[in-house]
Amino acid sequence: MPILEVRNMSHDFGGLRAVQNYSLDLEPGQIRGLIGPNGAGKTTIFNLLTGIYVPTEGEVMLNGTRINGLPAHRIASMGISRTFQNLLLWRHMTVLEHVKMARYSKIRYGLAGAFFGTPKRKREEAEIAERSYGLLEMMGIRHLADQVVLNLPYGAQRRVEMARALATEPRILLLDEPTAGMNPEELVQIMEIVRKVHKDFGLAILLIEHRLKVVMELCHKIQTVNFGELIAEGTPEEIQNDPKVIDAYLGKENVG
Amino acid sequence: MPPPAPISRTFRARCSRVPLLGWLSGALAAVVLERFVGTPLALAVGLPKIPALFGIDIMLKKPLLIPNAVLYTVLIYLLPIAAVALSTAFLTNRLAGGLMKLPVAVPVAVHLGLLYAALHFWADVSDYRSLVLKLTMIAIMLTLSLNVINGYMGEFSCSHPGFMALGAYCASVVTVGLFVDGNYFGIALLPGETGPFLFPIDLVAGGLLAAFGALFVAIPSFRTRGDYLAIISLAFLFIVKSLIENFEFVRGPRGMSGQPDLAGLPTVFSWAVLCVWSINNFVRSTVGKAMNAVRDNEMAAEAMTVDTRRTKIVAFLFAAFWAGVAGGLFAHVLRYVNPGTFGIQNLAEVLAMVYFGGLNSVYGSIVGAVSISLLGEALRPLEIFKWIIIPLLLILVMIYRPTGLIAFKDLEVATLLRPKQGPDGER
Repeated sequence: MPILEVRNMSHDFGGLRAVQNYSLDLEPGQIRGLIGPNGAGKTTIFNLLTGIYVPTEGEVMLNGTRINGLPAHRIASMGISRTFQNLLLWRHMTVLEHVKMARYSKIRYGLAGAFFGTPKRKREEAEIAERSYGLLEMMGIRHLADQVVLNLPYGAQRRVEMARALATEPRILLLDEPTAGMNPEELVQIMEIVRKVHKDFGLAILLIEHRLKVVMELCHKIQTVNFGELIAEGTPEEIQNDPKVIDAYLGKENVG
Repeated sequence: MPPPAPISRTFRARCSRVPLLGWLSGALAAVVLERFVGTPLALAVGLPKIPALFGIDIMLKKPLLIPNAVLYTVLIYLLPIAAVALSTAFLTNRLAGGLMKLPVAVPVAVHLGLLYAALHFWADVSDYRSLVLKLTMIAIMLTLSLNVINGYMGEFSCSHPGFMALGAYCASVVTVGLFVDGNYFGIALLPGETGPFLFPIDLVAGGLLAAFGALFVAIPSFRTRGDYLAIISLAFLFIVKSLIENFEFVRGPRGMSGQPDLAGLPTVFSWAVLCVWSINNFVRSTVGKAMNAVRDNEMAAEAMTVDTRRTKIVAFLFAAFWAGVAGGLFAHVLRYVNPGTFGIQNLAEVLAMVYFGGLNSVYGSIVGAVSISLLGEALRPLEIFKWIIIPLLLILVMIYRPTGLIAFKDLEVATLLRPKQGPDGER
């Protein structure tokens, strides 16, 4: 059974249909690529899946439960986590605080603990900190834990975002252009990290990416969208040779 | 042999090795000294009486007495504080180190006890000092609670005097109704001796009413931010003010008087400590840090499982609660309230304290509230020029430190109280 199932999802921005009849069956542990030209609606699809927008039509099912219409934080705590294309970090917070914050929905000490500093809170905060250090260790940024994110180099910020996304204990990870703006060396490192979290956490991953090298190497299956509509779906080889995909990216060949 | 370090540097180095405990002991020694030899000394240096606020008021009123006032301040405050703090540094460091090994409540209680003792002796000299001190502590509560909304959560809320008014009036109605024979509510229902026991409940009730009022600002904040929320909150302030003005039950614009004398220095001090403690707890917890996440990027906060609506509601209600409690104390310190107090002027003062002291910082709020309220009192002899000097200062701070004097700094009790030298201190 697919862990994430999307049926004929559409979304309108006023009179503009941004996503049209999008469908997806994401199996547990699968890495799925989502490619398409700029403005094709890829990020809108992510925003619809994570509850930032509510689909105009269609259904999103997580493990057989309908989740469209739920608030974004609920969907996130049910196991869909994400990173953002343009790094939405909290500028005044430290790296450790970022990762701890992503445990928000798992906190049990409540307001009494927050106001009065109960022993339960101390225990829980210590637990959260320990787990967070573990994730930072895994991302290789433990030594930066007390730095404010604004001061970090770009590659490290990407890792913070990844660690933060993993701290919510997701079953599905949506990565929105994780390699944007990276040099070839950082690119290899980030692919390594994606592989590692996929293996260690057994995550299903949905990946928006422009660099075909990354998509071809990482993904089991690829979807291509253009003008908000699915135009092709298949294995990397099939996609590479699909005339519709080539059309979308390069335009029609003008013969004669 | 290395050349001897300049005196100023060795002095500073020696000062940096004095723990907070040492400074508090020094302050206590100074104020005790003033309490007993202040008047003769003041007469001896040619001042008519003990200067109320470190001599600044005397200096401004009679510039000819400036050297005398400075001499007095040096003799009674600076010298004793420096002498006691530096000479006992070894002892206080050892003591602080020993205290830190106990549960954190013990050293905190010792320090607060010393602080209270010092404040008590200082305020004991005149009623005016006592009043200034109480109002300053109330200002700390207000500033800190406004900082929760404007600093930690980054919304611009203008309704704080409104919350304060709700707390002040609620608390006043209860105490006047229960304990005072009067022409408002008939005879006193309870004997006056029960007042001190019921007063905390009364203040909490005022705080809760203010928190309820805060719902009217918190709910619109789900959808709007920035300027629009500022306008909504300003509207709330005016609604509260004109409601009270038109409400004959609480005597409308004439104001309510006759509140029993329940807010003594110990009461106000305990509430201020409670307020600082709980707000400091809140803003350092992950639940409280969610406010920072909402401020810095709401969408990312939602995507990382943070319930942004709950965060906003909690922040507004919590802040309004403390503003309400502060309002209740304010009404019982002055023993008179009228709706005119809770207007734009009051708002401007609290906002100035928040932005002067520093956003997102408990230290900052305390510094801002203390410095602006003391400055406001000390510069009183300048009359209208006071309102040129204080805003000028604010402008300067905004130019050189746009987020305030001490912004974005957590108050860690353990760091604050730890010994500065010896086996447990940093070297």
